[in-house]
Amino acid sequence: MDENFRIRKILDMQELNIQEIKNLNYKLLMVMKRIREVELSISKEYKNQEIRCPVHLSVGQEAAAAAIALNINKTDYSVSTHRGHAHYLAKGGDLKAMISELYGKKTGCSKGKGGSMHLIDKEVGFMGTSAIVGNSIATGTGLAEAAKLNSKGQISVIHIGDGALEEGVFYESLNYACLKQLPAIYLCENNFYSVYSPLKVRQPPNRDISALAKAIGTKFSYKCKGNDPVNAHNIVQKAIYQCRNNYGPIFIEYETYRWLEHCGPNNDDNLNYRDQKEIADWREKDPIKILERKLTQKESKDYELYKVYIKNEIAEAFQYAKDSKPPNYIEAFTEIYSSK
Amino acid sequence: MKLTFSQAINQAFIDAMKSDEKVLCLGLGATDPKGVFNTTSGLEKLFGSQRVFDIPTSENAITGICVGLSIGGYKPVLTHQRLDFALLSLDQIINNAAKLHYMFGGALNCPIVIRMIIGRGWGQGPTHSQNLQMLFAGIPGLKVIIPGSAQDAYSQLRASIESPDPIIFLEHRWLHNSFSEIKLNHSSLDIREQSTVKEGSDITILATSYMLPESIKAANILEKYGISVEIINFRCYYFEPDEAIIKSLKKTKRLIIADTAQDCFSISYTLVEKIKNKIHLGSDKYSILAMPSVPEPTSYYLTKNFYLNYQDILNQVFKMLDIKNNFIEETSLDTIKHDIPGEWFKGPF
Ligand SMILES: Cc1ncc(C[n+]2csc(CCOP(=O)(O)OP(=O)(O)O)c2C)c(N)n1
Ligand SMILES: [Mg+2]
Repeated sequence: MDENFRIRKILDMQELNIQEIKNLNYKLLMVMKRIREVELSISKEYKNQEIRCPVHLSVGQEAAAAAIALNINKTDYSVSTHRGHAHYLAKGGDLKAMISELYGKKTGCSKGKGGSMHLIDKEVGFMGTSAIVGNSIATGTGLAEAAKLNSKGQISVIHIGDGALEEGVFYESLNYACLKQLPAIYLCENNFYSVYSPLKVRQPPNRDISALAKAIGTKFSYKCKGNDPVNAHNIVQKAIYQCRNNYGPIFIEYETYRWLEHCGPNNDDNLNYRDQKEIADWREKDPIKILERKLTQKESKDYELYKVYIKNEIAEAFQYAKDSKPPNYIEAFTEIYSSK
Repeated sequence: MKLTFSQAINQAFIDAMKSDEKVLCLGLGATDPKGVFNTTSGLEKLFGSQRVFDIPTSENAITGICVGLSIGGYKPVLTHQRLDFALLSLDQIINNAAKLHYMFGGALNCPIVIRMIIGRGWGQGPTHSQNLQMLFAGIPGLKVIIPGSAQDAYSQLRASIESPDPIIFLEHRWLHNSFSEIKLNHSSLDIREQSTVKEGSDITILATSYMLPESIKAANILEKYGISVEIINFRCYYFEPDEAIIKSLKKTKRLIIADTAQDCFSISYTLVEKIKNKIHLGSDKYSILAMPSVPEPTSYYLTKNFYLNYQDILNQVFKMLDIKNNFIEETSLDTIKHDIPGEWFKGPF
């Protein structure tokens, strides 16, 4: 079969559940690469001042999203935060609708009302992101309760950052989820920073976050060190299995690192709020590079084609967003309520 | 001394913290390289990390902690980069700080200042730009301060820090780069005093926060047309209208309130009613320019015509003075996009 066609077919499978490819490394790599290329394209385009809203990019942090992408079902739920592009894409969210949302167009997933921090694609169970730290933890927990009441084996994945662990709503939600044994996965991407603030000014030293979740009452709680995509995948796979099989809520801490500034398109390493050596060490642990090195010769050839494919796909999405009709300002005054 | 609004806040911190060692400065990013839009830059170096510090993302608890600090003898100034984040702390603000003095029969008082940044533009959207001043103004026990100029930023912050009561201090993001000549004095300032910024005889504009510079811009244009506008900087919310307002209206007999918040159930409407108790104002003699009761959309296109600016003020003045005119020619000279305060602003927040 024409390789190009095969890859297209893979991508057309909304959930990126890439069954035809046997090699896990390669599958993870494909998902991560696509997310990174989307984020880098946003970063590049931002300078043209046509994307006029804050953006929080996931460059460097793609692995947790990829692990979810390979293991989640379309019928499952997922919610995320201000840094939600990767999670939206991992759940199979529509790329054109996301880019259009960044451009404030009517074709955007929130019709331009919400921007980068308010992504949604109900078709694939991606139920929204919030610009308020901790806000979606409770929503995702409520979706887990709905999932449980539905009795159809659905789960709810709640993407959070390390900063969210400082909000009371995290503890209140996890307590509730444990109490009710809800099928929720709290997936915390610990990138060690909240904006410019390192963990050490926000949380006590050497805290084991996953032990903390366990003490609240999760039966299983995992820690995944060092931005390792394969380990992330294996843990997520196990967690999802357990979650689906009534082991209650599960907490996963995934260590990772943000490559660009907290908010915006640039690298801000010149500000020196992060140690240069720390940055260099984490750059070494680039999950994409690590897996690229592991490709077989045959896969490498495929991968080259795949890169061309996603490049085109992304270019098309940007073109679509730019060509889309802007909303009329009058539409700002609609949809405040869903009824009279 | 000429200072920007941000620098004036910074200077107020420096002077207040020098004169009273009980004053503390805390907030998310208070010690980071950006120093909350440069308002807290350098403070940690001057006063040490015991008095100036970053915090966990725990708005509700930290607000309660500030209440505790205050009854323990300290004067915390807590900063939120957006008002929207402070909404997590409504319990501590409303059920604790605001009531403390009253519900313990005057035994306690709560000298805390909570800075919240309000704003508009650059896709801040529904949960990063709310101007919810009415929410706080509606709570007895809170004083709501809303500076309109760099001078206010300095003197009102100093006065707020000295106040024995809890203060909600609302700074508009679009004012941070505005500057003025600053007098470093504050001691004579009654925290609830409004200030007359410009004298005039035809109409009074009560301008709040970012609507102040927009009103001044409008007044300068109107001057060329022979219309004399009096501008009062409406910089503190209190349920009794200030004497300056009544005096001004006795003279001009016409009123426009220019607000950054929404109109329904607003401070502006309450104020009009209160004013009407004191002075006769016919229904065609006053109007309110405020935001619609609609969440702020994110899209550049959806925010077109959404915000109020000097042109809206001009047109309102014409309408009320019954002058047929409009300023389309003037507006075409405007090259600055509607979602940024000036060319200096390049995003992302
Ligand atoms: C309640 C609240 N407080 C503060 C903020 C400002 N803020 C936006 S993102 C962010 C960082 C959160 O850090 P983390 O949860 O670790 O996520 P990361 O940005 O590292 O992905 C903060 C503090 C906010 N949006 N909401
Ligand atoms: Mg973080």
